[in-house]
Amino acid sequence: MNHREQLERVLATDPADVGCEQAIALLHMYADMIATDKDAAREYPGVAAHLAACGPCGEDFQGLLEAVTAGA
Amino acid sequence: MIPHDDDAPVLDPASAEWISALTAAGRDREAGLARLHGLLIRVAVHELRRREASSAVTGAELDDMAHQCAADAMLAILDKLDTFRGESRFTTWAYKFVVLEVSSKLGRHYWRRHPTTLLDAEDWERLPDRFGVDPGEHAERADLVKAVQRAVEETLTDHQRRLFTAIVVNQVPLDALVSQLGLNRNAVYKAVFDARRKIRLFLIANGYLDERRQGR
Ligand SMILES: [Zn+2]
Repeated sequence: MNHREQLERVLATDPADVGCEQAIALLHMYADMIATDKDAAREYPGVAAHLAACGPCGEDFQGLLEAVTAGA
Repeated sequence: MIPHDDDAPVLDPASAEWISALTAAGRDREAGLARLHGLLIRVAVHELRRREASSAVTGAELDDMAHQCAADAMLAILDKLDTFRGESRFTTWAYKFVVLEVSSKLGRHYWRRHPTTLLDAEDWERLPDRFGVDPGEHAERADLVKAVQRAVEETLTDHQRRLFTAIVVNQVPLDALVSQLGLNRNAVYKAVFDARRKIRLFLIANGYLDERRQGR
């Protein structure tokens, strides 16, 4: 990958991205669907787009998924 | 977990049990609170350990922070208990508050480790690192960095410029910025999102990037 492609990645934005507020509002439903093998990304494509692009929300999602699947 | 139109939420049995314990009186409620608190602490410890490498919060400080996160999450959960509609399991809904508390507290904690990080210092020399090192194309890369700099100066609002610089150029974590500036995560993300889009459009309009490579 050259620097132009890297720059493309740094600057990429997905129009489907719903933003942090909506993604967080739906995060518990999204995590439960993933934990039970349901197609959450298909049900909530805007949340999937956001979690792929937003570092902190992606991190929160990973943490929640681990908490749920660990049966803590 | 099944969508429904009725006013009364339809809860799975385990979630219904939680709600009935937490809304009970006397000892049942005490027992429910204690059981929930125990789970919240476990989740907080697990989450803080998962993020230990990047946060550098360890040992007694980690345990202490876990207890604070669990306590604050508990307050939020009890405060919002009547908004739980059973769209997920109760525990998933409850754990979300812990995870969010952990992020928020780690965002604040960042400044204890990096007290001298300046938000507004524009260290453009660092920008090429974000694009990877490509020794054969030094001149072209310098050109591109200049173009990004121009886009930042000419197309962004002061607010967008400040947040883009802090996050993309200076690499301050988003939640650290949230805590420092008293904004919410969505507002910071949105400003940087808009900044990215504007810079990209500027670079396309000026022939630095290819329009056809739309989106991802
Ligand atoms: Zn986000």
